[in-house]
Amino acid sequence: MPDYALELSNLSRHFYLKNGAFKEPTLLKAVDGISLRIRPGETLGLVGESGCGKSTLAKMILGLLEPTDGDVLVNDKVRGASSRLAMARQLQPIFQDPYSSLNPRKTIEKIIRLPLQLHKVGDSNSQRKAVKEISDLVGLPERLLKQYPGQLSGGQRQRVAIARALILRPSILVCDEPTSALDVSVQAQILNLLMDLKKELNLTYLFISHNLGVVEHLVDRVAVMYRGKLVEQGTREEIFHHAKHPYTQALLSSVLTPDPALGVPEVLDSSSWDKAS
Amino acid sequence: MSNLTLTANSSITSLPAVPEWRRIMNRFLGHRGLMIGSVILAVIILAALFAPWLAPHDPYVQNVSQRMIPPIWHDKGTWNHILGTDKLGRDYLSRLLYGARISLTIGISAAVISGLIGTTLGVLAGYFGGRVDAVISYIITTRLALPVVLVALAMASLVGGSLQTVIVLLGLLLWDRFAVVARSTTQQLRDAEFIASAKVLGASTPYILIRELLPNILSALIVVMTLEMAHAILLEAALSFLGIGVQPPSPSWGLMVAEGKSYMFFQPWVIAIPGVALMVLVLAINLVGDGLRDMNAPEGRS
Ligand SMILES: Nc1ncnc2c1ncn2[C@@H]1O[C@H](COP(=O)(O)OP(=O)(O)OP(=O)(O)O)[C@@H](O)[C@H]1O
Ligand SMILES: [Mg+2]
Repeated sequence: MPDYALELSNLSRHFYLKNGAFKEPTLLKAVDGISLRIRPGETLGLVGESGCGKSTLAKMILGLLEPTDGDVLVNDKVRGASSRLAMARQLQPIFQDPYSSLNPRKTIEKIIRLPLQLHKVGDSNSQRKAVKEISDLVGLPERLLKQYPGQLSGGQRQRVAIARALILRPSILVCDEPTSALDVSVQAQILNLLMDLKKELNLTYLFISHNLGVVEHLVDRVAVMYRGKLVEQGTREEIFHHAKHPYTQALLSSVLTPDPALGVPEVLDSSSWDKAS
Repeated sequence: MSNLTLTANSSITSLPAVPEWRRIMNRFLGHRGLMIGSVILAVIILAALFAPWLAPHDPYVQNVSQRMIPPIWHDKGTWNHILGTDKLGRDYLSRLLYGARISLTIGISAAVISGLIGTTLGVLAGYFGGRVDAVISYIITTRLALPVVLVALAMASLVGGSLQTVIVLLGLLLWDRFAVVARSTTQQLRDAEFIASAKVLGASTPYILIRELLPNILSALIVVMTLEMAHAILLEAALSFLGIGVQPPSPSWGLMVAEGKSYMFFQPWVIAIPGVALMVLVLAINLVGDGLRDMNAPEGRS
């Protein structure tokens, strides 16, 4: 058992934004020195407003984007040290948009089977059996396997994405807003499914969301991100009931409005928590 | 359209799915232009394939006593030469049938060569972006700045015209549209999450480009291919007409027009017959291209 399933040490990613041909590019620190640790079997919720760098962070963890600085450690090993294939067997993503995460020209069966083929696991018979098993596990009816993604609903598509992510039996899932593209009623189903799978397969989750309400019932710990930095992290209890940082409090009040009169949160004065962090 | 969408949607809940090929068939049969175009094209392709059996005469055999016989609808026409004979007494129908082989060979080969070149360049530029894109975009711009006809003329007269020369020349000249379309469609898909997912799974770049990306841009490329096929066929006719394309005695349609041009005031059919054949072939290809484009337009599914 590794000490940490996922460890980020001082992870940064900077972008240079071009401002036309004659102006100096401006520096955007999309992710700015983030250190985080997730224990095996733990679920960490990463929350923050839109554009604060959550997806950029996820992409670096998945190896889709090179960090400007810092390291990603998966099961105590530096990401760059092992091959992509080896990484893929430990860590898999669930993306936000189930409409773009499935190749429209492939059948569902081919999509779910692709990881086994790329990793040369078993022969075609055992692969097909594995596809059926995993579809069963994520609640995907077998008759859908012959269909194309365009013929499935959003919730069904997200189940396909989950099946594809799990078929290699990775221990860690990085979920980047896995439900925000779905109908509210479907959201709950997918979240419940993710929680059931976690128990059944003993998974570690990094669960990214801009919505504190979504993560409240799933996570063990919460990390709050603001403008590329972590401003606060703690257990669910600590964050939801004893948030210290003003930004966390503002985020909370925007989701959990106990007093309906408060309604929409006021326009936030960002300078106050910039100083605090 | 709407009832098709309905069946597709209801299949999600209870009904068995409408098989993919059925839906494609329905759309195909529902498109008149595509139907007409493909039927004409199929007839021409079959005629070209079976030319040795269909042609009543040898297209190369000259017969001085049978020169310039008019086609059957003229008073002096004979059943022996349904479309008449040319100035050397060769049977026009036979030459027309064999000529279809030349047009189709050149159209298909040139479109395939240019398709390979253009798609490769466009996909690489669109996928990798950055410096690769800058270099390839420069090559595309340079190519676009060249006048195709002029370059083809100059090169053909330099190298000497032949079937192979025309194919290679047009293949090397007509790839620009493939490159532009492949580049922009690839750019749209490059950041799609299914590509990212394949990357995370450890798929190699060639696998991602060929197996994940290419099938999604293929439909756009097939439309371009029909356009370039028609383009190549017309250019071949033009080059052959000018005497620097396919050489006599090959029965190229462009060459037939050239050989008949001194007779065109008194025997207009000498140029009308190959001219109409050329027009019908190009029209059919364009109808098919348009139809395929419409077929690929989204219909309740992405
Ligand atoms: N490739 C890129 N080039 C330049 N800027 C980028 C790039 N990718 C992301 N950014 C910028 O980095 C910042 C963080 O983006 P990111 O997608 O990580 O936000 P996010 O927290 O995931 O937001 P959301 O909740 O809307 O998904 C944004 O300001 C974005 O514009
Ligand atoms: Mg995001």
